[in-house]
Amino acid sequence: MTTKGGSNVATTSRRRPARSAKNSEELLGYYRQMLLVRRFEERTAQAYTEAKIGGYCHLNLGEEATVVGLMAAIEERDYLFTNYRDHGYALIRGMDPGRVMAELYGRQDGVSKGWGGSMHLFDTDVRQLGGYGIVGGQLPLAAGAALAVSYRDGDEVVMCQMGDGTTNIGAFHETLNMATLWDLPIVFVVVNNHLGMGTTVEMSSAEPELYKRASAYRMESARVDGNDVIAVRDAAKVAVERARKEQKPYLLETVSGRLKGHSVVDPAAYRSKDEVEAVRAQDPVAALHDALVDGKVADADQLAEVDAEVHRIVKAAVEFAEKSPAPEVSSLFDYTYASPVPNDSRRLPADPLFPVGA
Amino acid sequence: MAVMSYRQALHDTLRAEMLRDPDVFLMGEEIGRFEGSYKITAGLLDEFGPKRVRDTPIAEEGFTGAAVGAAMLGLRPVVEIMTINFSLLALDQIVNHAAKIYGMFGGQKSVPMVIRTPGGGGQQLAATHSQNVELFYAFTPGLKVVAPSSPADAKALLLASIRDNDPVLFLENLALYNTKGEVPDGDVAGEIGRAAVTREGTDITLVAYSRMAHVALQVAEKLAADEGISAEVVDLRSLRPLDRPTIIESVKKTSCAVVLEDDWLTYGIGAEVAASISDGAFDYLDAPVRRVAMAEVPLPYAKSLELAALPSANDVVTAVHQTLDAVGRRSVGAH
Ligand SMILES: Cc1ncc(C[n+]2csc(CCOP(=O)(O)OP(=O)(O)O)c2C)c(N)n1
Repeated sequence: MTTKGGSNVATTSRRRPARSAKNSEELLGYYRQMLLVRRFEERTAQAYTEAKIGGYCHLNLGEEATVVGLMAAIEERDYLFTNYRDHGYALIRGMDPGRVMAELYGRQDGVSKGWGGSMHLFDTDVRQLGGYGIVGGQLPLAAGAALAVSYRDGDEVVMCQMGDGTTNIGAFHETLNMATLWDLPIVFVVVNNHLGMGTTVEMSSAEPELYKRASAYRMESARVDGNDVIAVRDAAKVAVERARKEQKPYLLETVSGRLKGHSVVDPAAYRSKDEVEAVRAQDPVAALHDALVDGKVADADQLAEVDAEVHRIVKAAVEFAEKSPAPEVSSLFDYTYASPVPNDSRRLPADPLFPVGA
Repeated sequence: MAVMSYRQALHDTLRAEMLRDPDVFLMGEEIGRFEGSYKITAGLLDEFGPKRVRDTPIAEEGFTGAAVGAAMLGLRPVVEIMTINFSLLALDQIVNHAAKIYGMFGGQKSVPMVIRTPGGGGQQLAATHSQNVELFYAFTPGLKVVAPSSPADAKALLLASIRDNDPVLFLENLALYNTKGEVPDGDVAGEIGRAAVTREGTDITLVAYSRMAHVALQVAEKLAADEGISAEVVDLRSLRPLDRPTIIESVKKTSCAVVLEDDWLTYGIGAEVAASISDGAFDYLDAPVRRVAMAEVPLPYAKSLELAALPSANDVVTAVHQTLDAVGRRSVGAH
């Protein structure tokens, strides 16, 4: 399923995940996780439409197999950096769904205490060191984290996720170059959903097979079917092991599709019906469902029960978020500096700089 | 107390901090084998090795961002950006990332790092190599920006910056590297966010930072000697946070102020200082606050034009005269 050195990615056979899984338990576990991302994101879209969630809101719909496969390949001690399309990673990495939803709601119990919102999920406990809203901004940071690991002779690996459009940013090239020069234990993952907003890979990238870009940096790379959770996991494991054991960076490209618009508000009018149909036909959640049934790993009723359980988790997350209070205005100046400093300006817009008559 | 150059004070402080804390390491272009464009890091590669004195590719955004990421995991990187002009390529990592990570993630991770970078015109380097854009950083909450003008402050503030848990932009100036002064011995860190009154006076306050803080002192001495005018000098030292109380106290005493800066006037740091004086000491002011800044042009190469564009000691004297004349105070003469 993994391609090295140039040929096109193979398309997923609907049965393949069932055949290549070590055991059915594992596969069911992945299905449950993918469904959690799916249902959470569907509920998120709804909450956004109800104006409970503000700002921008980018979903992982269509990328569930990639998210789950990648998260299955890294260990607890490893670090993760992502772009703004980060909800699924947060959930599967182990952030509490209620606290993730509370962050989207901008509430006090959110993972980032309501300071980051959808694009900036961060939780030191699970070593997810942020979703980042500036395209490519997370790449140098992730390289720096990997530098810190190697400075301390650690055996952690840093995984750095990005979208296909990110490979044209200067920071991409600067970071991959440094990663090889400095033997950094880092895995760069390009989630190729073929689109950066409305711009296709072919429109934006002179070399649309993005994994090939690694060759300019003497970096190992591979392309994998991002709709196949086992293929993603196995390819990512190869990359992670290489990073861990040999202290070498790696570039993994996962190829999938975006089921909806760029963000919740985007109707994706730039896509033809045929294009959308083609993505739907590859829907990784539906594909795994069918493969599980066809492979007699589980019957439809059992899978419906998994769905019901996931629905309960998502419902509880929403209830938690709804109940969490808005952050206190008195906390507005709590997070400008970690080291307190004299003469730091702490005024609300209407406060005088100097009290009149003083 | 030893007399040493600003350059030596920086070098010795970096070395001392590296000896004290194994998490402190340096990175930047040409800081190792080449020993630094301005030789601040001379000898450090030999002493500490390439892990702790890391030569980087010409990739300002990449290596500055890597320092941010390393700081997130608890190391204490000190980045050298060859000149502040090139820091513009790293603006995203400094302003969007280093400055925001602590706040945007609800205080979960701080970014303890220092970006050392010199500014300054006057070397005939033309428009792209002569800018003082510290304002961009001083404008940004989440960053701290310090600009020591003396060797003693260079040491004290570099110690404080390296030990601080936030990202600090540490502004140096090409014209200051060879200046000399007394530097206290031992491990004495300064305090970020405090200005200094470097000369006491009663007739007028000169507010300045970095190279212009030297010019202010020279001018103050000359005014005292030639005309009996007693100028007080406030050296900002910290551009963010800005020590407004020290500025206001001085102006309340002198009732007049001239603000000196080596950058462009409109929206500049002097504008902020002048506005703060109007806010905090309006009733005490006898004259409008004047500002002496660079001419608002991309700095030219030709010596004659460059000299005309940069603020000089004479420009400051003129501004002081104009200010005191406006209220008829110059003729008062010596006290
Ligand atoms: C530096 C920068 N430029 C532009 C944007 C606006 N923007 C946000 S997402 C996006 C598309 C990125 O596409 P891709 O990297 O493929 O990621 P995907 O959205 O597919 O996950 C753009 C242009 C931005 N956030 N940052």
